[in-house]
Amino acid sequence: MSTTGERYGSGTVYEQVQASPEFTGLRRRLRRFVFPMSALFLVWYLAYVLLASYAPELMATKVAGNVNVGLVIGLLQFVSTFVITTVYVRFADRSLDPAAERIRHGIEGQA
Amino acid sequence: MSDGVGNVGLNIGIFAAFVLLTLVVVYRASRSNRTASDYYAAGRSFTGTQNGIAISGDYLSAASFLGIAGAIAVNGYDGFLYSIGFLVAWLVALLLVAELLRNTGKFTMGDVLSFRMKQRPVRAAAATSTLVVSFFYLIAQMAGAGGLIALLLQIPNSNKVAQSVVIAVVGVVMIVYVLVGGMKGTTYVQIIKAALLIAGAFVMTFWVLGKYGLNFSALLGSAVEASPKGEAILAPGLQYTNKLDFISLGLALVLGTAGLPHILMRFYTVPTAKEARKSVVWAIWLIGVFYLFTLVLGYGAAALVGPEAIAAAPGGANSAAPLLAFELGGEVLLGLISAIAFATILAVVAGLTITASASFAHDVYANVLKKGAANPRSEVRVARTTALVIGVVAIGGGILANGQNVAFLVALAFAVAASANLPTILYSLFWKRFNTTGALWSIYGGLAVCLVLIVVSPAVSGARTAMIPTADFAVFPLSNPGIVSIPVSFLLGVVGTFVGRRERFDAERFAEMEVRSLTGAGAEKATVTH
Repeated sequence: MSTTGERYGSGTVYEQVQASPEFTGLRRRLRRFVFPMSALFLVWYLAYVLLASYAPELMATKVAGNVNVGLVIGLLQFVSTFVITTVYVRFADRSLDPAAERIRHGIEGQA
Repeated sequence: MSDGVGNVGLNIGIFAAFVLLTLVVVYRASRSNRTASDYYAAGRSFTGTQNGIAISGDYLSAASFLGIAGAIAVNGYDGFLYSIGFLVAWLVALLLVAELLRNTGKFTMGDVLSFRMKQRPVRAAAATSTLVVSFFYLIAQMAGAGGLIALLLQIPNSNKVAQSVVIAVVGVVMIVYVLVGGMKGTTYVQIIKAALLIAGAFVMTFWVLGKYGLNFSALLGSAVEASPKGEAILAPGLQYTNKLDFISLGLALVLGTAGLPHILMRFYTVPTAKEARKSVVWAIWLIGVFYLFTLVLGYGAAALVGPEAIAAAPGGANSAAPLLAFELGGEVLLGLISAIAFATILAVVAGLTITASASFAHDVYANVLKKGAANPRSEVRVARTTALVIGVVAIGGGILANGQNVAFLVALAFAVAASANLPTILYSLFWKRFNTTGALWSIYGGLAVCLVLIVVSPAVSGARTAMIPTADFAVFPLSNPGIVSIPVSFLLGVVGTFVGRRERFDAERFAEMEVRSLTGAGAEKATVTH
């Protein structure tokens, strides 16, 4: 197993693939999606935590019936989590999986 | 109402039925357990959907169900904050960790962290932090079982002997699951438990809402009327009075999940990274919907049972959901919900035990002690022995910690996971220059800072609710160390990498890890198919 130092094929196959445009493109697409998206949801979550800590009066403001701003923002955290999940899955299916699969078949064919 | 709720015989009967059913399933699953991959990773044969349900079963611990519903019932909105942190945290796992980890590793977190580093020191460090996190989590669950028993079996807190016997029974059943069923058996237990838990919460949620004409606002109004704190239960600020402490907890929750070893290990039970992705998606939906249910159940318990009756019941706030079940459906529903709560502890404890035993056998025994030359049969034997030892320690620890204020242990487990594990995982997956020294500094540094800060925090001494209320060496003002320890650990990873910059850079292993993590080339394959 590779974890104990043996290798599938030669190490150079991986180094060649790592340098190939198809792989660097895949890596760039992945990082350009996951890094900004992670920053976005973390900032949005921290904003919520800070509001709950430092602006409880704002959070207590009634919106409709007994439902207040705090509850609405809290539920929006659920909505944003579900939306980001769905968007990521669509992105990965379309923009990551086909390239990853091509590269994998290329390597496993040679190994 | 405060004692003598429900029918003990019925509670025990329903729980025994659950144990019997799961033991049959575990026994049947065990017949295909042969290799190390079967024992640790269920032959990587679960589908994303099955694994997603099992993950939610692993994650929705007694703290999630009883703890959050109780916190909302007594303190209102602040209980809800907890569930949001627990849910949003899954995006870290989805976007940054799950798929890359599945592609890179084999059985444990140590596989990924040590991939392109010096094997023995990094594996030893990964195993240390895995064992620490799992131990804290385990003791908290077992001690929680004591409080639950007080409520469900009506064994008063004064009868420590009888409570200890029940904790031991829980521990023994758990050991049987793990030894007989391995990861496959444990996974089935978690799937069954998750289905029961979510179905039970679903029924209760709509039952409660039905009483208010499906009008959530009317339910909130009724909860406000029933609460001595009035309108305040609809806004933050009742439970968390220290603002910084709350932010610290929020950070630990959101960054801890993707560093919990027993969650990470679940990603190895599926055949591909795509299935790992699907598992997280299922887990996010199930966990999210479940937390929406607990919001209704918490306010429902406040409205229909009343915060004062809940606080006075044996088990305190944790009894909110069971008392609500009794209020709605009498003895039968109480028995069902109680059995589910027990099953919850059992399934979570089994998952923790298999993770800790895998890390010891695979990282410490096979790779550190035997330098990677252990034969798989003896590795699995070591894992089973370790599981037995951990089970005994958990029973002992649970009995000793019974009645102690251990709620902070789960938050601490998250803080250690967020400080010691997550920075190291992210750096090793995404940062080319990261090296062995950096990995050791961020794991041991994050771990040490976390542990020291918790020892000198108000959770351990100096406060009325502390573990040792009579002493006072609390020089750190926060009960959760996350806000300090997480940034420190990220920083230590960078400083350590700079200190170790003369280490030889293994370009070959780095290329293999990067290509493999993104494409799945050379990733561990499933060994059996259903």
